[in-house]
Amino acid sequence: MERDPLVCVMGEDVGHYGGSYKVTKGLATKYGDLRVLDTPIAENSFTGMGIGAAMTGLRPIVEGMNMGFLLLAYNQISNNCGMLHYTSGGQFKIPIVIRGPGGVGRQLGAEHSQRLESYFQSIPGIQMVACSTPYNAKGLMKAAIRSDNPVILFEHVLLYNLKERIPDEEYVLSLEEAEMVRPGEHVTILTYSRMRYHVMQAAKTLVNKGYDPEVIDIRSLKPFDLYTIGNSVKKTHRVLIVEECMRTGGIGASLTAAINENFHDYLDAPIVCLSSQDVPTPYAGTLEEWTVVQPGQIVTAVEQLCK
Amino acid sequence: MALSRAASSPSRAALLKPLAAAISSSLFRRPISTDTTPITVETSVPFTAHRCEAPSRTVETTAEELVGFFRTMALMRRAEIAADSLYKAKLIRGFCHLYDGQEAVAIGMEAAITKKDCIITAYRDHCIYLGRGGTLLEVFAELMGRQAGCSKGKGGSMHFYKKDAGFYGGHGIVGAQIPLGIGLAFAQKYKKDESVSFALYGDGAANQGQLFEALNMAALWDLPAILVCENNHYGMGTAEWRAAKSPAYYKRGDYVPGLKVDGMDALAVKQACKFAKEHALKNGPIILEMDTYRYHGHSMSDPGSTYRTRDEISGVRQERDPIERIRKLVLSLDLATEKELKDIEKEVRKEVDDAIAQAKESPMPDPSELFTNVYVKGYGVESFGADRKEVRAVLP
Repeated sequence: MERDPLVCVMGEDVGHYGGSYKVTKGLATKYGDLRVLDTPIAENSFTGMGIGAAMTGLRPIVEGMNMGFLLLAYNQISNNCGMLHYTSGGQFKIPIVIRGPGGVGRQLGAEHSQRLESYFQSIPGIQMVACSTPYNAKGLMKAAIRSDNPVILFEHVLLYNLKERIPDEEYVLSLEEAEMVRPGEHVTILTYSRMRYHVMQAAKTLVNKGYDPEVIDIRSLKPFDLYTIGNSVKKTHRVLIVEECMRTGGIGASLTAAINENFHDYLDAPIVCLSSQDVPTPYAGTLEEWTVVQPGQIVTAVEQLCK
Repeated sequence: MALSRAASSPSRAALLKPLAAAISSSLFRRPISTDTTPITVETSVPFTAHRCEAPSRTVETTAEELVGFFRTMALMRRAEIAADSLYKAKLIRGFCHLYDGQEAVAIGMEAAITKKDCIITAYRDHCIYLGRGGTLLEVFAELMGRQAGCSKGKGGSMHFYKKDAGFYGGHGIVGAQIPLGIGLAFAQKYKKDESVSFALYGDGAANQGQLFEALNMAALWDLPAILVCENNHYGMGTAEWRAAKSPAYYKRGDYVPGLKVDGMDALAVKQACKFAKEHALKNGPIILEMDTYRYHGHSMSDPGSTYRTRDEISGVRQERDPIERIRKLVLSLDLATEKELKDIEKEVRKEVDDAIAQAKESPMPDPSELFTNVYVKGYGVESFGADRKEVRAVLP
């Protein structure tokens, strides 16, 4: 925001409250109420407003207090945000960033624990990224703000408390690149967002059991970084996808199709996709745990895959 | 020239007319379209105001402006009728929503604002695009899906845009353009532009929740937004009294001031838009309800006669047609002769026919255009196969 006066933030309680997850804390006192705009609870309209402002050249960042609330703005995101660059023959660009937390939290209930990256993946014209560490959150956010395309940045409710040492100097990550978390030889595990931590936990167990998994955080959900993924598949010939998205029509389902289409010859075994169950997230703690993929399940899947 | 300056009201002009005509024809050729001496005209219907003071009924205009109105409205009318024939000849496909009957709104609005002010509207956008400076060739080429169209043939009838003239479209989903319009106003306030945004919508869209959400935000932050309800009394096939409990759309803003305007009178529209622009720059949003009428059905697939009588349509055409009004005004003020106006209409007809012929020659978009403009160039997407040499799809 300091670098470019056209960057502004809008969302519910982003200003004086500092953001419901404190993401925008301190910004309103520094930049004023117009640049860090507290909106009324009208997701459809303030997302539309952000898109209209972006059409004139402003670079708004729209915060959805929870990604589930953005379903109310789906019309604006799909029809206006994604399509305007195309239907106007290239006259308008929409440099908007739509961000917010999603995913399963700690017993927040079904409507506040939605995993809906897949709902947006078919929209032509938008880019989707999911951050997972403080380092890549900062880099991807900067890249998303600088991008002239509309970008949806998926954060996760449970990852806001992570602490990490990050470089002092300026860095911007590439929106379309995946991150190699742990190189390996036996199996490629593709993951993103919070599941990365479950995978790394499972990886410790797997290493003790003698396996050598290669873990890639795909980060870019649309488009997929098939270059990094492809090179990995070429090396290991086995793929396991671990995600928090819904099973039916999820990101994993699309990724499975993409890998099968492009790298079929390099696969020694069918792709295994572990995703969250196709159920509304229950409130009870134990049931909620079983909704998402746990490290134990990942270990079992790898063992099965590598037999 | 002195005589025409004195003709400040229709009745006085009628007395002076025989004398003026006799002198003019014998002395010199009256230049019809360059006279800029001010003429004052009274609108036929007063404004009704809600929470604000109605502007005066006396509008200042000039001969040049009035004849210009006539010409541009005739052009718009002709263009829409030509589009009708093209649609029936299957050269225009899909949806085609025609604006004939409502031209006064587009014209009056343009006369009151500059190109720095933004206009955004729904799908009945052909004439607003022309008003903003679009050419006939771009209109017809886009309608026929050709390369020379304003959106390169990829938008169609409902997606006309002209960024350099502040025309933001052209939107298919009813009501979705209203929050966008508020966003334009927000950007104008942010950049301290001293310009305003006009967000147009219809009586059907006036019942959308987004409108009230957007009004709340615009009023909360004093955004320079003017919401214009083009009330043609029918939301597709549903009459306004069947869809809205309160069809007084200018009052439905509640805490937002409103003004009801005779939308068939281009001068009244001009006066209202000028008033609204001043208001919006100082006090925030205002609603303008334009009482207008469309002769065609909702779109080309709607005959327009199942929910209203032909008598009603022809009645409005006889009594309130915007072009006829300007014609009568021009003739009574003796700014042009009957023949000159007819010549203008012939000229306009020829212009439209030429544009159509030119548009027909424009080629269809290249197949590679399927993938252009999905993303902005420079942030392109390349999907590779197993090694970089095997490129599967490139989205530029």
